[in-house]
Amino acid sequence: MSAGCESSAAGELRTPSREEMLAALVERQGAENVQKLQAATVAICGLGGLGSNVAIALARAGVGKLILIDFDCVDVTNLHRQQYKASQVGVAKAVALPENLREIAPYIELESHQVRITEENVMELVGKADIVVEAFDNAEAKAMLVNAVLEHNAEVASAMASGEDCASPSAGRGCANPFAGNDCAVDQKFLVAASGMAGFGDANSIQTRRVSRKFYMCGDGVSDVNDGVGLVAPRVMACAAHEAQTVVRIICGLEPK
Amino acid sequence: MIKVNGIDIEADGTVFAGKTVAEYLSTTNYDCKRIAIEKNGEIVPKAKYGETLLAEGDSLEVVSFVGGG
Repeated sequence: MSAGCESSAAGELRTPSREEMLAALVERQGAENVQKLQAATVAICGLGGLGSNVAIALARAGVGKLILIDFDCVDVTNLHRQQYKASQVGVAKAVALPENLREIAPYIELESHQVRITEENVMELVGKADIVVEAFDNAEAKAMLVNAVLEHNAEVASAMASGEDCASPSAGRGCANPFAGNDCAVDQKFLVAASGMAGFGDANSIQTRRVSRKFYMCGDGVSDVNDGVGLVAPRVMACAAHEAQTVVRIICGLEPK
Repeated sequence: MIKVNGIDIEADGTVFAGKTVAEYLSTTNYDCKRIAIEKNGEIVPKAKYGETLLAEGDSLEVVSFVGGG
């Protein structure tokens, strides 16, 4: 094994510079898309089979900032499908995943929270994100997050309808968001959730569906881990890939406004 | 006609117009802790299932979640 790999042959391993990594991304994804991805902030709620895979896909795709949230620690039973190493068993996922992401994408901005997401703290945790990814394993937690984010969006919509100017200081972050369209609804979150990815079923039955204007669901909708079928890495990864690709498409302006 | 996930729930003659979302849910197997409901594209807050009335022409989307991730 001597072909290729100049740097290792010379005994000098060097991490590429930010500029080199950006140039490589631009070559593959286009300058405009990379610019939009770099400007985006995505919150990932749950860092298990879905969330750890979504995070790695988005970090590789050039998303500028990830907000990572999980209360749990890496367990040996996670290793078959989650993006952790055996040496990280016992480490908080909110610590271990940033370590792994920085090895892959050293220039990404990461904000990490080791906390259980509740109805009370959720909007504070995801508040700075443009897009929220639901990546829990528990069905009730999934429903809680989806209801909380969609109810938040409805409140923002009704505040806007009652005449609050989006340019007002109270609206917060202005209208610079490149994929918010012209509706200035930057404080309305896009939401990408998942349900149904357990078992050995066909990967082609995993689908993405746009439920409503800013709400997407990925998965087969029915394969419940509580029905006695386990979670199988490639199928969970397929569902995570659906979520991540939906996020990328939203950021790049490829989904309907 | 009132539709839930694209299906006419009044097709068998049952009238849901004037009933609440909670009353509709009580006729189904949905677990209220594992769903989100949109009516005509707008979320129905959980706290308002008991007071949100269904009307002729409404279209509900009941998204239900299963475990795994």
